Amino acid sequence: MTELLSVRGLRVDFVTDGGVAQVLDGINLDVARGEVVGLVGESGCGKTTLARAILGVLPATAARIRGGEVWFKGADLLREEAAVVNDRVRGRAITFIPQDPYGSFSPVFPVQTQIMDVMKWKSPRASIGRARPSPFSRYPRERWRADREAVLETLRAVQIPEPARALRRLPHEFSGGQRQRLMIAMALLPQPDLIIADEPTTALDVTIQAQILRLLRTLVKERGVSVLFTTHDLGTAHEICDRVVVMYAGQEMEAAPADAFFARPAHPYTRRLLASVPSPDGEIRDIPGEVPSLVNPPSGCRFHPRCEYATAECSAGRPPLRALAPRHGVRCHHPVDAPVGAEP
Amino acid sequence: MSVAVAPLLETVDLVRYFPVRDAFGRRVGRIRAVDGVSLAVWPGETLGLVGESGCGKSTLGKTVMGIYAPTAGEIRFAGREIGRLPPRERRAVARDLQYVYQDPGASLDPRWKVVHSLHEPLKIHTRLSRAEREREVNAILAAVGLPDAHLDLYPHELSGGQQRRVGLARILTLRPRMVILDEPTSGLDVSVQASVLKLFRSLQHTFALTYVFISHDLAVVRAMCARIAVMYLGTIVELGDTAVVFAEPRHPYTRSLLAAVPRIGGRRITQDFTLEGEPPNPRDVPSGCRFRTRCPLVQDICVVEEPRLREVDGRRVACHFAEHSRR
Repeated sequence: MTELLSVRGLRVDFVTDGGVAQVLDGINLDVARGEVVGLVGESGCGKTTLARAILGVLPATAARIRGGEVWFKGADLLREEAAVVNDRVRGRAITFIPQDPYGSFSPVFPVQTQIMDVMKWKSPRASIGRARPSPFSRYPRERWRADREAVLETLRAVQIPEPARALRRLPHEFSGGQRQRLMIAMALLPQPDLIIADEPTTALDVTIQAQILRLLRTLVKERGVSVLFTTHDLGTAHEICDRVVVMYAGQEMEAAPADAFFARPAHPYTRRLLASVPSPDGEIRDIPGEVPSLVNPPSGCRFHPRCEYATAECSAGRPPLRALAPRHGVRCHHPVDAPVGAEP
Repeated sequence: MSVAVAPLLETVDLVRYFPVRDAFGRRVGRIRAVDGVSLAVWPGETLGLVGESGCGKSTLGKTVMGIYAPTAGEIRFAGREIGRLPPRERRAVARDLQYVYQDPGASLDPRWKVVHSLHEPLKIHTRLSRAEREREVNAILAAVGLPDAHLDLYPHELSGGQQRRVGLARILTLRPRMVILDEPTSGLDVSVQASVLKLFRSLQHTFALTYVFISHDLAVVRAMCARIAVMYLGTIVELGDTAVVFAEPRHPYTRSLLAAVPRIGGRRITQDFTLEGEPPNPRDVPSGCRFRTRCPLVQDICVVEEPRLREVDGRRVACHFAEHSRR
């Protein structure tokens, strides 16, 4: 498979009052063309930081990139000129769907103003790298019409009823599910290669979530767009993803095709995580211990203090990547070879 | 369900409306948040209350708790009507009936040490001496799994999970008989959720608690509750043993809700999930059956006649076609 995005050994620190937090500790991640990859992990594991690092929108005051590469379509985004990334990549080749669609709209402008504002610069018909964006620059009439036509068509594709009337409304007049549909439309409009979706259904009810997941999966598959989908909900990941990458405390633990991930996970953390989902038999299994502080993280594999298989070598150094099957890799000295649920 | 025991909590046609006012303060409508709910909670059980946002599950919990006054209907707790008690007597009920918000840790006063927060309910509600209070507080603290040393800490010195445990301890110092848990695990990671659920279970066992478990997460409710009530737009649409309802839901809404839960392993639900649209505004409840605007089985009778809860196949369902609607 040809990789569209390859993150290699990415390290990001955050400077906090309590010290320097090592939020990403040498992360590797691949997204192939047309693939939906789920980035799964608990709060604070660094999945949002990774998404933001790829987009190049880490908080400038606190975040420090310590090393690594982000290869996207043959260029390392971390070393590419800022203007080029701004012009060609961010918001154009890579778009973003936020967790909270309400906070991402301005409450005082109709959605048409806000969508067309993005289209002015990021529409596939907008020329690349000619003028610096300025509020005074013209939006050519012809292109505005063509772009608006595309907007209406995309709103129909995300099943917004009466798109022309919907565009005149203010964000608060839409329900949460509708606002998320608008966000999906906005992410699709620039005809990106990759959409980064950061927990886009966390705030929605299950029936609405099911509608949105189905819509998103259908649309990206039709258009051949890749998606990096971060979520803490394993069920959601199972619904939408072709491949799943699980993160713990800033390290990637396992990456596997969705079927193998849910049926034969090899990393002890992945197995504990899957087991802590409430099961129909009423059994509840938690993971003993707490997520470590990233200011003073455990050495080696960061899961070792909570891991039942841990040995001396686990704290000595980071386990190398072991390939178990094509596109199924695990970073563990003691991978488990058994179907899910069957603990030795 | 055993018949000889009386229910600990019973609501009879409980109604809570909220007025909708225009800019001049005139009433222009009402939100029918809870609209005729009758249910019983038996001592020692955990009743799950599920539904999507805006279905009135929290309003129901808060009305029972006395945070909202009921618009109509009755609330009986331990055989006594508590919906219209004068404030002083109502406050006394709080010893037996407690409410847990989403994050009980967030309700701790940041300027109080843990010991102060834990003594407060006992000071208000009991006449225990200082020594007796201390004994009680230590016992509760041990039950929620915190060491004595934490008594002298401030909330910010504890982790989020420990704060949550202190919040629960504070509620349990009064030894309530019933606790209403309002979305106690929403927003938590699965592994943290699992430890919180385990804690709820062990506390229920230790203190002989009765729970009303309000949640939108069906997997959690299935694991925790022996009986569930499914709410839609202010009414209960299906009520029965969790195993029975999950095995063969008879209300089309319950069926859609169950079908929408992402399941790990097996078929993707997004491949055959069918429920379209979103719940109507509770200001404008549809005539007849409230679910008819989204229901795949809708018929003419659903527009004119509101179905009542009736016994079908071992559970209670509010649907005209409950007999026909098999999966």
